[in-house]
Amino acid sequence: MALNRHLFDRHARRKLVNYGFVGLTMAATAVAVIALLLILWSLVANGLGGIGLHIFTMDQPPPEMPGGLRNAILGSLEMCAIGMVMAVVIGILAGTWLAEYGEGKRLAEVVRFLNDVLLSAPSILIGLFVYEILVRPLHGFSAGAGAVALAFVATPVVTRTTEDILRLQSNQLREAGMAIGAGKSYVIRAIIWRASRPGLVTGALLGFARISGETAPLLFTSLGNPNLSFALTQPMGALPTTIYQFALSAFDDWRALAWVGALLIAITVLAANIIGRALARGSHQS
Amino acid sequence: MSVETAGPSRAARQDAFFQALCFSAAMVLMATLAGLLIALVIGGWPALAHFGPKFFISAAWDPVAEDYGAAGPIVGTLVTAGLAMVMALPLAVGIAVFLVEFCPSVLAKYVSMAVELLAGIPSIVYGMWGLFVLAPWFALHVQLPLFYVVDPDSFWGHLFEGIPNGANIFTAAMILAIMVLPYIATVLRELLLSVPTHVREAAYGMGCTPYEVVSRIMLPYIRRSAIGAVMLGLGRALGETMAVTFIIGNSHEFPRSLFASGSTIASTIANEFAEASSDLHVSALLALGLVLFVITFAALVGARLLIGREKA
Repeated sequence: MALNRHLFDRHARRKLVNYGFVGLTMAATAVAVIALLLILWSLVANGLGGIGLHIFTMDQPPPEMPGGLRNAILGSLEMCAIGMVMAVVIGILAGTWLAEYGEGKRLAEVVRFLNDVLLSAPSILIGLFVYEILVRPLHGFSAGAGAVALAFVATPVVTRTTEDILRLQSNQLREAGMAIGAGKSYVIRAIIWRASRPGLVTGALLGFARISGETAPLLFTSLGNPNLSFALTQPMGALPTTIYQFALSAFDDWRALAWVGALLIAITVLAANIIGRALARGSHQS
Repeated sequence: MSVETAGPSRAARQDAFFQALCFSAAMVLMATLAGLLIALVIGGWPALAHFGPKFFISAAWDPVAEDYGAAGPIVGTLVTAGLAMVMALPLAVGIAVFLVEFCPSVLAKYVSMAVELLAGIPSIVYGMWGLFVLAPWFALHVQLPLFYVVDPDSFWGHLFEGIPNGANIFTAAMILAIMVLPYIATVLRELLLSVPTHVREAAYGMGCTPYEVVSRIMLPYIRRSAIGAVMLGLGRALGETMAVTFIIGNSHEFPRSLFASGSTIASTIANEFAEASSDLHVSALLALGLVLFVITFAALVGARLLIGREKA
C-alpha cells in the first residue's frame, strides 16, 4: 500500500513521465543513427568485395560476362562537370544579384522564393522539362541534355549558398573598397568574392553532391549507353542510370556491379557533403 | 567621341554591365520555373483535353487501349507521402528535442552530423537498400507473421492484404520516412533553438520538468513554423522518385490495402516515359507531371509561408 501511494505521488509521477519522455527522444535519435549505419553497412558488405581495378578499366558487360563501370563513371563525370560549370556560373551570379543588388527590391523577394521552390522541386520534373525543350525538338536523347538537366538541379543549390555566404561579409569590407574609389562591381569581384572563396567552393561542392547521385533527371535526357562515349550529341551512360538498370535486372553479377556502383556514389556524395560542410564551418568562424 | 566625355565613365559602365549580368542570371532561375510549368501544360494538354475531368478520377491505365486515368498514381502519391509523414514526424520531433535539450554537447555534433548525412545519401542508394534489405526483411518478419495471425475477412485482414514480397505501399512509405526525416528534424531543431532562453528558464524556474518545458512551452511556441517544416518534408516525399520506384511494386491497380503494390506519379513517369509508345501516352505522363508540380508547389509554398525564409 505504501508503495502504491508513492507511485501515485504527483512529484514521482512527473519525474517518471519525464524519464519516459527522455527515453523516447533517445529512441527516436537511435532509429535515425541505426538506419544510417545499416545502410552504410549494406553498401560496404555488398559493394566492397566487387571493387577492383577492372571496375575502372572495363565497360559495363553484357549479362554473365566480366566487366566494370568505366563508361558509366566517365559519363557521370563528364555530365556532372559540364552541369557544374553552368550551375556555378549562373548560381554565383544570381546569388550575387540577390545579396548585393537585390536589397529591398520586391523582385528579389520573388526570385529568392522561386529559387527555394526550385531547390525542393522534384528532380524528375526537371527531366520532363529538359525532354520537352531539348530532347523532343532535337529528336534524340543526348549527354548534352543530361548535363543541362543536372545544371538545372544544381543551380538553386549554388545560388542559395552564394547568397548566404555573401551576406556574411561585413559592410565595412564593402565600404573600405568604395573608400579607395573602386566601383561596386570591382569591389564585389576583387574583395567580396575573394573573401568568400571557401563559402563559394562549399556551394559548388554541395551542388555536386546533389547531382552526382541524381538518377531521375537523366532517365529520359541522357538515357544511358552501354558503350564508352564522350559525344555530347549521343546518349551517354551514367553511374546512377546504370545502377538503376543493373539493380532491377535478373542477373546476379549485374546486381553485384550495381552494389559496387552504389558504394562508389555514396562515398563520393558523402565525401563532398562532409568537405563542403567543414569548409562552410571554417568560413563562418573567420 | 562625345560619349567618352559626356557619357558615364568606364568604371560606371563596367558596374552597369556586371549588374546586368548578375540580374540576367537571376532571371534564368525565374525562367526555369516558368518554363517548367509551361512545358508541362503544353505537353500534358492533349491528354487533358482528350480525357477531360475523367483523367483525374479514372483508375484505368491501359497503354494498349490508350485509356489513361490518373487516380491510381495520385492516390498512391498522397497515401505514401502521408504515411511517411505519420512515421517521420514523431521521430523528427524526438531527434530535435533530444539534440536541443538532452544530448551532451560532446555528442551533439556527431549525432547531428549523422542525421545530416542521412539527407546526403542519394535516392537510388535508398532504393537499392529498400529493395534488397528492407523489403525481404519486412516480408519475412512482418508480412508473413501477420498473414498467419490475422483473419483475412476482418478489417485488419483487408488492411494487411497483399502478396508477402515486401514491395508495397507501406514499405515505400517507410523508406520515404527515413529519407525526409533529416530535413524535418534539422528545421525543427533550429526552430527549438530559436525559442528565447528566458522563456525556457522561466518555466524551469517554476519547477517544470524538462518534459513539461518541451511539451507545454517550447513545442507550442514553434507550432506554426513546425507545421511548415512538416510540409517541407511532405513536398520532398511527394516528389521522391527512384527510391519509391524500386520498392512500391509498380502496379497500376488502384491501391486497396496497405500491403498492396501501387505506384506514385513520379514512379509511373520514371518507369514509362522513356518507353512511351504513343503521343497520347507521353502526353498523359506529362499531365501527371503537371499534377505532381501543382501538388508539390502547393506544399512547398505553404511550407515557406509558415516557416519564413531564415529558418528553412
